[in-house]
Amino acid sequence: MAEETRKMAFICSKGDLDMAYPALIMGWAALGNGIDVTIFFTFWGLDLITKKRINRLELSPVGNTSMKMSMMGFPTGNLGIPNWMAILPGMTAFTTWFMKKKIAEVGAPPVSEYIQMLADAGAKLYGCKMTVDMMGLSENDFVDGVEAVVTAGDFMDMTEGAQIIFI
Amino acid sequence: MATEVIAGVEVPVNEEGFLVDPSVWNREIAEEIARREGIPELTEVHWKIIEFCRASASENGAAPTLREITTGTGISTKELFSLFPKGPAKKVAKIAGLGKPEGCV
Repeated sequence: MAEETRKMAFICSKGDLDMAYPALIMGWAALGNGIDVTIFFTFWGLDLITKKRINRLELSPVGNTSMKMSMMGFPTGNLGIPNWMAILPGMTAFTTWFMKKKIAEVGAPPVSEYIQMLADAGAKLYGCKMTVDMMGLSENDFVDGVEAVVTAGDFMDMTEGAQIIFI
Repeated sequence: MATEVIAGVEVPVNEEGFLVDPSVWNREIAEEIARREGIPELTEVHWKIIEFCRASASENGAAPTLREITTGTGISTKELFSLFPKGPAKKVAKIAGLGKPEGCV
């Protein structure tokens, strides 16, 4: 019983809808396996814990080489969404809506609910001090469950011995 | 197949100590596994969760995930993690005599 608890730390640097999920899913799986979890939100990753942004994360089809039209059920094989089409007004809203639908189909909750689940399960969530200063934010801009705004150096101290995953 | 004596009964277990056959399970076995996992006593709420997991597994063929447990029982994430500290989904599944939960959420 004296064995040391495994620790994992995630650095979330992206604010796109699709890039929000890896840390949420892996962090949740880690908590489910009895692993200590710390998540550091930096740069655009801060959107994942910002009240104004958390429910408005988007996925753009522009320059997205992975999103194929066949995902939407067209028999078009590897054909991507044509770039000229991706720039049309409403396309980002469409791909965002579509991705949210795909995420809900596998039973994964929306980002705001996920963040709450992680906090309730004991994950430690921190905002990046430099980004907070740069974006003119304050602790009041963050959702419940965020412990504090810390510096990169603080994060290094907190994650000694942890496995660190950068997203 | 490895076996282990739990609460006086010899039962087949896998390499992580999960019961291989849920039908050999009984409440004494659950209490014994819980003690080994660091839960000295199973309360009424613990039993509610264990019974939900067994019912869910017999219906779906696999132990429920964390979110399936919270949505299925109405017990909050916070409470679940305090009832079964350090990895509730795996821990409940083990105590309930089921295999590891399948699924990510």
